[in-house]
Formats: sequence, C-alpha cells, structure tokens
Amino acid sequence: MKKFLEGSWAIAEAAKLCRPGVISAYPITPQTHIVEHLAQFVADGEIDAEAINVESEQSAASVVLGSQNAGVRSFSATSSQGLFLMAEVLFNIAGMRLPIMLVCANRAISAPINIWNDQQDSISLRDSGWIQLYAENNQEAVDLMIAGYKIAEDSKIMLPIMVCIDGFILTHGMETTDMPSQEEVDKFLPKYNPPFKLDVNNPMSFGLLGDPSVYTEARFSVQKTFDDVIPMINKVGKEFQSAFKRDSVRLVEEYKTDDAEVVLVTMGSLCGTIKDAIDAQRANGKKVGLLKVVAYRPFPKAAIAQGLKSAKFVGIIDKNISLGSDGALYTEVKSLLNDSNKQISGFIAGLGGRDITITTINNIIDLTEKEENHCKFVDVKKELLWEEFHAS
Amino acid sequence: MKEVKIFARAGQGAITTATILGEALFYEDKYAYAFPHFGAARMGAPMNAFIRFDTNPIRLRAKIYQPDFFLVIDPTLIESEKCFHDLKEGAKGVVAVRERTQVPTVKGAEIHTLPAEQIAMDIIGKPFANTVLVGAFAKISGELKLDSVLKAVGKRFESKPALLQKNLDAVRKGFESV
Repeated sequence: MKKFLEGSWAIAEAAKLCRPGVISAYPITPQTHIVEHLAQFVADGEIDAEAINVESEQSAASVVLGSQNAGVRSFSATSSQGLFLMAEVLFNIAGMRLPIMLVCANRAISAPINIWNDQQDSISLRDSGWIQLYAENNQEAVDLMIAGYKIAEDSKIMLPIMVCIDGFILTHGMETTDMPSQEEVDKFLPKYNPPFKLDVNNPMSFGLLGDPSVYTEARFSVQKTFDDVIPMINKVGKEFQSAFKRDSVRLVEEYKTDDAEVVLVTMGSLCGTIKDAIDAQRANGKKVGLLKVVAYRPFPKAAIAQGLKSAKFVGIIDKNISLGSDGALYTEVKSLLNDSNKQISGFIAGLGGRDITITTINNIIDLTEKEENHCKFVDVKKELLWEEFHAS
Repeated sequence: MKEVKIFARAGQGAITTATILGEALFYEDKYAYAFPHFGAARMGAPMNAFIRFDTNPIRLRAKIYQPDFFLVIDPTLIESEKCFHDLKEGAKGVVAVRERTQVPTVKGAEIHTLPAEQIAMDIIGKPFANTVLVGAFAKISGELKLDSVLKAVGKRFESKPALLQKNLDAVRKGFESV
C-alpha cells in the first residue's frame, strides 16, 4: 500500500516485514530513527523479535553474529563511526558465512566530526566480504532489504548484506513509498533455514583458527561465492519483479545510456538529481546518460562495461575518497575500461553533506567532456584553503 | 514542480510542518519529498525543512535555494537567515509575527503575516505556530485543500487525541486569518 513515509520508518517497517528474530543496534545519527521505530515495534508486540540493548556497536555486531549463528534471522543498522567500531566483527561475520542484514545510513567519517551524508563509511568496509547494495530512494531501500535477505540467505551464497542508504537525504526524507503486505513478503521470503548452525543436538564449532593450510581456501571460497552473487541478484531481482511489479533489485540501472556520448556513473540518492539534470540537458539536444551502480559488492564488471558501451566520455562521481589515491568507484571503473579509448574522469563531490545541485552536475558534465581528470574535487571553496593549494 | 522552504529553530516543529504538508499533498495524489536540513544539532539552532512536490515522483535531492513558497515559523530569523533574499519571482509565503516584528516589503513576493504564536497560545495553550501556519499556507498557496490539511493533521496527532482537536482548530483559524 502506498504511504507517505519517512525513510527511517519505511526501513524499520521493511525490517519488520522480514521477520528477524533478533535485532541489535546502538543509536547513532542519522540511523537513530530506524532503531527507535524497531524498538517501538518490539515493545508494542508488533514483531516477534528480541531487541537486545548493547553498550556499543561492537557489541551490537557481536550479538547479531551470535544470534544468526544460532540459526535466527538477525538485523542491525548503523552509520559512520558506529560502522567502524563494528569493523572487526563485520569481517568475522563474512568469514563465518552468516547472512546478516545491516542497514548503513551513510554518513561522513571524523575528523572533523560531521553527522551529514557521504559514503566514506560503507566504502571503507568494501573489503569486508559483505554484499553492498546502494539505494537511490526509499522505495529501493525497502525493496533491496526484502530481496536482500533472499539473496544473502540462499544456501549457495551465505554471505552478509549491507543495504546502504544516504543519511538524512533518505533516512530523514519523507516520500511516497509502496509498502508490501506481510502476506506478500511471507510468500516471497522463505524462513531462514541455514545448512549449518549452532545446535546442541548437532554440535559444531564456528570461527576457529584457520592456519596457513586452510586460510587461503576460506578466502578463495568467499571470493568465488561473490561470482555467484551476481546471477543471484539477477534471479532474485526477476522474482521480486514478478511478485511486487518493481525492477529495483538489479546490478545496475541504465538511464538513457543507449545513445549517450557522456555517461555519468555513481551510486545512491545522487542518481535522482542526475536524472533530472539529464532530462534538462537532453531537452537541449545533449546526449547524456547515467549508469547507476546498485551492487558495489560484488562489483558487476560485465554490467558496467555494457552500460558504458556507447559512451565516449565517462564521468564517475564518488562521495568518498581513498586519501592518497582516487575515489573508490572511479578506480574500479577506470581499471575495467583501461583498454578502451574513452575519456574517463573521476570527481569527488558531496563530502560531509556538501549539497550537490543541478549546477554541480552540469559542471561535472562539462568537465567530463572537456578534459581528463582522475580526482577532481568539485565546488571547492578556495578561500578556505592554504594559498599554495589554490592552483589545483 | 513547486518548492517550499520552511525557516525555523530546531524544536519549533518545522519537520512536523513539512510532514503535514507532504501528507496533505499525498492525499491529493501529488508526489512530495519533504526533508530537513540541520545546522548544529541542538534545540534553538536555526534550521530548515523543505518540500518539493509535483504530479510525478520527485528525484531531485538538492536543497531548495529559490523557493516558490516559504513559511517563517520564527520571525527572529527574518534578518539572520535572509529569509526573503532569494525567492523565486512571484513567491508567496506566510510569516508568524510577534508584536514588534518588522516585515520588509519584498518586490516580486507576496508576504502574508499573522500572529500565529498568539493564536496557538489562545487555542493550544502553547506557542507552537506551525499548525496555524499550515492552515494559512493552504489558503494563500492555493495548492492544497483545507480538508486535506485537516486530514493530515488528524493522522499526525492520531496517537495524541488531547492535542488533535486543538490543532484542527488552529489550522482552521490560520486558514481564516490570511
């Protein structure tokens, strides 16, 4: 049913619809409303789950590691510094093959301390072995969560999944969202039935020492499984579309790329702003398109190459920076297209909540055509910089 | 597509205002995207809430710089937040005024004033100007039916029956006062 909802409410409602047995999270802006709503659902008896209060994100991650290992579908949510405090446990969760879902309300990283949106937090955890999907709007956030459990929990996959949602822009943004019914979700998402779990009647150990004779194979197996996640996202995406009549569960979205000479590439809510900019540019006869990357882990190389086939100029926008190198998405797209004769540029924008306007996007489109840049910060205020940095 | 900018201090109900307007637009089959922008995350700090709406889904996520409509919940922000410095040509808005508030005349803009805090004091017993302003906004903008706003206020206060009737009265009074 269509409702006018705050993103955090829609996300909490989607988590509820997936019937997790254990929820554990520690509040942090801008994720707070999500756990507030979930705690309320549990207190009101609207959801048959245990909400476990903890003293830190490290503990929240440890709780869901334990509960999921005991065979119970588990859920957590965090942001920024909280995600980093979980980091140690998150790598363990992936290595132990526990398909937990975590919603990351994307927020910048300190210092300077900043509560506003960018994607540095989840991008910094890209090597953790978690599937990462990025939502453009609240509808996609809901859809990716419901489909996400099905992708992650498939017995061939058994990997954790992070659904990344731009903090404030989506978590605190209110918009029309079509919420599925409990019956529809129950029909789509089977009960969690892991091939292995902690069970007193069938004792097993998890997370043991993996010495040099087995460690490589454990890592190799996760890497090989990520190859299977790509067709799994496509398969579950088709099932989702037939059940809910929406195509939001996919590796990438191509927006007007067919004849586009300039194609921008990015992830998350910025894609909406870019679509508006593209429509305006096309009205003036300019052939511009967008390749929206939904799945960042696994990195869908073939789908990205396909989406950029016609492009002469590619502009990749990162709301993150690998300091000392370039933006994360730029680095990977560039390495994918290394043999082509496309002109490929990387832009850093929207850090710490810096607003990205249509003017910013038009400027990026112009620069993408004009010259090659590997790491161009846009909308930089020179007056705040040391004079020696002014020339760049 | 139309854009609304709300000027307030954190704690004065700007987000509630945006929620009610967004919900009311939803009842009229419009797509709305309502969102806040906080400065310092503390009570009393100047902040904005925004609503963008259209007959098609809203995709644009940038803040609103040149609004079609504005609501000023706290008149002490008129100068410091430059509320009227960058309005779209023909912009319309409502301003809650106090006894000594001076509202400038702005060329190309239509500014309506009403003592919304005093009205709220009289009806609700607390100086929350927002529901009064929402009623006034429905009237001057011509974008919303009063009934849709009342229905949205009903939804907003459905868990607080003691406040519901007072806020419905506040909306009606706001609608009549401009």
